Amino acid sequence: MHDFTPFSGFAGGALIGLAAATLMLLTGRIAGITGIVGGLLQPDTANRGWRVAFIAGLIAAPLIAALFGAPLPRPAMNGSLVVIAIAGVLVGFGTCMGNGCTSGHGVCGFARLSGRSIVATFIFMTAAIATVAIVRHGFGG
Amino acid sequence: MQVLASFICGLIFGAGLLISGMTDPQKVLGFLDLFGAWDATLAFVMAGAVAVAASGFAIARRRAAPAFSAHFLWPDRNDIDAPLVAGAVLFGIGWGLAGICPGPALVNLAGLSLPIVVFVVAMLAGMIGQNLFGDNLGRRRTPASHAIETTPLPSRADG
Repeated sequence: MHDFTPFSGFAGGALIGLAAATLMLLTGRIAGITGIVGGLLQPDTANRGWRVAFIAGLIAAPLIAALFGAPLPRPAMNGSLVVIAIAGVLVGFGTCMGNGCTSGHGVCGFARLSGRSIVATFIFMTAAIATVAIVRHGFGG
Repeated sequence: MQVLASFICGLIFGAGLLISGMTDPQKVLGFLDLFGAWDATLAFVMAGAVAVAASGFAIARRRAAPAFSAHFLWPDRNDIDAPLVAGAVLFGIGWGLAGICPGPALVNLAGLSLPIVVFVVAMLAGMIGQNLFGDNLGRRRTPASHAIETTPLPSRADG
């Protein structure tokens, strides 16, 4: 069982918020991972540089932590590779279709009080909670 | 400067995900599992993130322009349409199955574990698939329409 960690959770969350605020104040852009990655996959997108740089920063964070002795993230994942692949396709397709994920709709959308993002966040939270309930407890299945 | 600023913001964002524990799918699933041993940590992560982001955005709203570019690119849509709802449902199902969303997936890529690599490749395939699907719908609609196209192009993602 995992422990409830409200303090490191809040501190880490504050850093995520700081990154989102700083990206807006410096470059005028929303720190939404779906938009940043999705923009790279469009053939005609301009300004690829900042997108690649942001993603490089995300991947560099654990590498820099490893220089100070932290283990590289190799998380335990539930389910077979087939289930993981299906989950990945659903996450990629769904976030692109809905124009955002936990960062863009969840963090930035709530911070902007965007009705669209708040609705999207409640829907994906509810769908995720229902999925876990079915997978772990067999409700409705 | 935009590129350097973006790199540093990505770094801070990634550090936040690591410190908050949200790169661990078991902690995320612990939050989503309301009917098990519920772990409320994700709510505290969201609270911290939204509070700081909202403060920063409030400062940005009072400025004419960002430091290193000409305009603030605030998302301008506020309609709740079918793709938003359907996309959120599909994303939620995938998130509930794996406990990983796009940000943590990329941070975890540094460890190069097989399940994460599979997840990221599948996620990118899903994004590319959605882009192609959306384009095809647009192309199919265009020749049938005699009216001047008034629907705006699909705007930049909200997030």
